[in-house]
Amino acid sequence: MLKFTFRGVRGSIASPGPETVIYGGNTTCIEVRAGSELIILDAGTGIFPLSQTLAPEFPLTCHIFISHTHWDHIQGLPFFIPMFVAGNRVKIYGGQDPVTGKGVQEALSRQLEYAFFPIREAELSAELEYISLSENQVVNIGDAQVTSVLMNHPAINYGYKVSCGGRSLFFTGDHEWPYNIYEPDDDDYQLFEDHIAQKRKSIIDAVAGVDVLIIDTAYTDDEYPAKKGWGHGSFSSSIAMARDAGVKHCFFTHHEPTRGDKGLEKAFQAAMDKHPSQPGDPKFHLARESFTFEL
Amino acid sequence: MADLHQQLVRMVDEMPAFPGSVNKILQMTSSIDCAPKDLVQVIEHDPVMMAKILKLVNSAYFGLSREITSIKHGVVFVGLNTIKNLAISIATMGMLSKTGPAGLDMNRFLLHSLGTATVAKLLGKRLGVASDRATDYFVGGLLHDIGKVVFAQFMPQEMARALKRVEVEKVSLPIAEMIEIGADHAQLGGMLVEKWQLPHTLVTCIKEHHSQEQNGNTNKVLDCVVAANIMIKQMGFGCAGNLVEDRLPGHVSARFGMELAELRESMGNLDEELEKANAFICI
Repeated sequence: MLKFTFRGVRGSIASPGPETVIYGGNTTCIEVRAGSELIILDAGTGIFPLSQTLAPEFPLTCHIFISHTHWDHIQGLPFFIPMFVAGNRVKIYGGQDPVTGKGVQEALSRQLEYAFFPIREAELSAELEYISLSENQVVNIGDAQVTSVLMNHPAINYGYKVSCGGRSLFFTGDHEWPYNIYEPDDDDYQLFEDHIAQKRKSIIDAVAGVDVLIIDTAYTDDEYPAKKGWGHGSFSSSIAMARDAGVKHCFFTHHEPTRGDKGLEKAFQAAMDKHPSQPGDPKFHLARESFTFEL
Repeated sequence: MADLHQQLVRMVDEMPAFPGSVNKILQMTSSIDCAPKDLVQVIEHDPVMMAKILKLVNSAYFGLSREITSIKHGVVFVGLNTIKNLAISIATMGMLSKTGPAGLDMNRFLLHSLGTATVAKLLGKRLGVASDRATDYFVGGLLHDIGKVVFAQFMPQEMARALKRVEVEKVSLPIAEMIEIGADHAQLGGMLVEKWQLPHTLVTCIKEHHSQEQNGNTNKVLDCVVAANIMIKQMGFGCAGNLVEDRLPGHVSARFGMELAELRESMGNLDEELEKANAFICI
């Protein structure tokens, strides 16, 4: 059994308010149930409402996979209630920072420093464990496997493939396809294109054939040129990836914080009109907070 | 030798890069509009930055399933901002002095490295290597003498004596280094990049660039770097402290089917290509 629930679908900053009541204002968090295991993808503010539902499962063991340590993906961690209760086990996975050499534990311990939070890491009652991941590392959790895939963002960002019982999903975290930094008449243009093609193939190969793709789709095509290099995808780039990888369902997430529900639906419809359905196409959806999908 | 190696490996982590590139990186990255290709170009022209960044992207931090052989490759696989921040972190370590206590003129050393890189890449293209592999030749040329910078930085007195010995006794620098330090720059550089898990071809290239024998290495990159190194020294383009050689090792001339003078002649006018390297240093 593999099913997931969106607990936060917003990018960059939480955006509560009347304009976002349908799709939700919390930042990225996905609750995944794989057999009897609880796997959580990212710890944005959406992890707080999730954590409020978990008391009946105490003592619990859960596995939190952090795509990257930008605020909107870790900001809910200090409010993850199971960490405060003895008997729970919380395992946090993520990449290492190659610049500082620090591991994923920084994502939590720095937020719990005196100036930022009243409770210190040492005071958390649950059993905490940090696991630093490298590219293409497979983590076995019960009957499930989670595999890290290095994506492209202005920080080390792992996408995660979760497989269980013959079903699978892939969550990109934040991702923008690399673009050519050279002009077409520069000597190095073609060489760079070749590297980009290799990188694209390596990601598509990793994602190919999953049942569900959950993908960063922050921008409309019109918005993208002004945001190039910020590390996020567009509706067109997400549709292309979903098609190339041959997925069955594709959920667009990391919604722009300034885009209200109506604007989001309008942008989605415009993208669908721009890319008319083709035979074998995935079914496209907007990710919505509290929505559960069983594979 | 093992102790010396261990000691230097630890020290190299703190080794700063060349002054020109440090200044340029700090200046460029203070603007949010820093052009990525300009940043890549600066990194690609500094042997220390290049080696350190290749070390990191090939390290266990990423555990990448493929070897990253160039900065451009690294930009695509680990991301531009990560490469940029690695460069900034190296730049903030300070900079190598222009002429350290070892007496190795760093500007002339850099010119020699860039010249060797440029010619090695041209020789690679001449041997018909695809453009996506030609970068390996440039990187091989740029890094072939990296061991000298390490000696100059961390064993300046010994290196100064070795350089003096070359001048007075007319022995080759590797021999002088063996006498004064107990290891030569090719061995040291090779061991460093091997430990850093840099691509095997590059390791061989650095380790064997003074070998007169083939040692079982049928390595096109190595042969091109050997030929480029000798050619650049003969042309007096920069200087890295060694004697000018007047012939190619037998297996290298066999690779090109000609001797040094003929090979040099057949390359035509290199001024334009080498001027790019010179201009880069003078910026």
